[in-house]
Amino acid sequence: MSSLLFRFLLRGLTALCLPVLALSASAQTTIEIIGGGAQQYPIAITNFPGEAALPQGIAQIVRDDLNRSGLFKLVDASNLPVPAEPSQVRFPDWKGRSADFLAFGRILPASDGRLITRVHLVDVAKQVELGSFSYTLNAAQARATAHRIADDIYEKVTGEKGFFNTKIAYVKKAGTRFDLIVADSDGQNEQSALTSREPIISPRWSPDGARLAYVSFENRKPQIWVHEIYTSKRTLVGNFRGSNSAPAWSPDGSTLAIALTLSGGTQIYAIPATGGESRRLTTSGGIDTEPWYAPDGSIYFTSDRGGSPQIYRMSGAGGEARRVTFKGTYNVSPRVSPDGKTLAYITRNNGLFRVSTLDLANPGQEQILTDTDKDESPTFAPNGRMLLYATEVGGRGVLAAVSKDGQVKQRISVSAADAREPAWGPFNK
Amino acid sequence: MKIQLALAVAALALAACSSTPTQPAAEIKEAGANPPATQVAPPAATPGAIPNVNPAAVETFNPLKEFSVYFEVDKYDVADTQISVVRGHANYLQKNPSKRASVQGNTDERGSREYNLSLGQKRAEGVKKLLVTMGAKDAQIEAVSFGEEKPKAPGHDEAAWAQNRRSDITYAP
Repeated sequence: MSSLLFRFLLRGLTALCLPVLALSASAQTTIEIIGGGAQQYPIAITNFPGEAALPQGIAQIVRDDLNRSGLFKLVDASNLPVPAEPSQVRFPDWKGRSADFLAFGRILPASDGRLITRVHLVDVAKQVELGSFSYTLNAAQARATAHRIADDIYEKVTGEKGFFNTKIAYVKKAGTRFDLIVADSDGQNEQSALTSREPIISPRWSPDGARLAYVSFENRKPQIWVHEIYTSKRTLVGNFRGSNSAPAWSPDGSTLAIALTLSGGTQIYAIPATGGESRRLTTSGGIDTEPWYAPDGSIYFTSDRGGSPQIYRMSGAGGEARRVTFKGTYNVSPRVSPDGKTLAYITRNNGLFRVSTLDLANPGQEQILTDTDKDESPTFAPNGRMLLYATEVGGRGVLAAVSKDGQVKQRISVSAADAREPAWGPFNK
Repeated sequence: MKIQLALAVAALALAACSSTPTQPAAEIKEAGANPPATQVAPPAATPGAIPNVNPAAVETFNPLKEFSVYFEVDKYDVADTQISVVRGHANYLQKNPSKRASVQGNTDERGSREYNLSLGQKRAEGVKKLLVTMGAKDAQIEAVSFGEEKPKAPGHDEAAWAQNRRSDITYAP
């Protein structure tokens, strides 16, 4: 394990300059990659002539994205001529470097003063072009454009949609200060949507990616807010007697399932996402909380009605529930994958809290994905391939990511602060 | 009103605990006394509603010594060993019907924040129910939860966690 870690750190430092780049781009966030997929596509990505005009460049961000996915092995592209067109590709050169794929591109001025990035992707083994992509951008859109390029390459090669041009939200705690952070999927470009002296928990993206629901203790009790991230307009939607917490968006974005304590214990209710009257969905004498909508509109949730916290499923209208987890005495924080086939959750085993998944078609097939000990709040990438979660390393809260098969692991540290409560946003429309 | 309560309670906590807390007095997490508060600290000047409380005055103000009820892992029923604490407050509330108390449930840092918020609520409700059973009036007591968000002990070991699995009974002045 340590040699593996060393190998990838070394690879990061030499071939990709990953930690160095991350530090220079922002002194805030560091990404460390531990492990890689069993099957990796060897790909060479040239520098893009003209990218020097952009402060952070383009090609290196594309390489970093693909590398982080664990599905690609970056091949050295230096000291070979950068082709202008696919017809100019000297395939033997790239075969000699063991690249199965080659992406090259250049940046040209557009007539309106903006820039055009044109990218070609070729299959080196078959000597055919797989696709060409064109992006118009201004200098401020360089990072987003690089993530889009990485998404397009990822999709052409793997056949599934990429998740690089997406947002994540998380809570940063430094001293007594809490910030609700919105950042790129690689942890860069972080911006604070809200600063508070009281805790913020449970940020959840609306399906359209324009709003975050979250729980804030700013009024000395937990209340639910919906926050439009592009306008900073925020609305108090959950301000019932007692605690208001655990918001979850319905797939159509019209409804929030929430946890309220109107009857004493915590139970699940539904409210309109714009605020309004509550409708009770569960009726148990114990704790019912952490609702999560599956794509089909049914709700998974945590309940201790059977004597220990376990995950149950009920219809979106509430009522009768069926137990889903059976192993162990603590299974919480259910999250359904975007395709509805996998349930991720936190399981406690010998006092260790870890991210686990089960196949909803074969619920006996459980798999513990992580080797960290205090895992919380798993959240799927919108393509379902990776899970982001919160854990603790060296007494500090960090974010970590793991591939759905457990093979690829990453860690995102925020300097001088605890990072927690991650939420991965939807695909960019 | 809430702030006043927090300040008053923090002042009370300051006067009743054995060491000088470094937290600002307005922090609600200082509400409630520290565990086994058998000693009374020298009076400290605080910006609270009861400035410069002396030990004797604390005794007169509130004869109660213990303000926290502790819980086992995952549990929210009040253990037999904790019942005498609750009984003391039930008697106090019964004799002082104008007093208003807040029961604040807390958990250790492990596991889901949302589940812990619910667990803290259960721990607060459990103490409230017992207070009412023992003679306090329902309207005198509000049960709230801070989950794992306001730990009293900052450590990451069982000693700290045991301190944080608790309900605090606090009084409005």
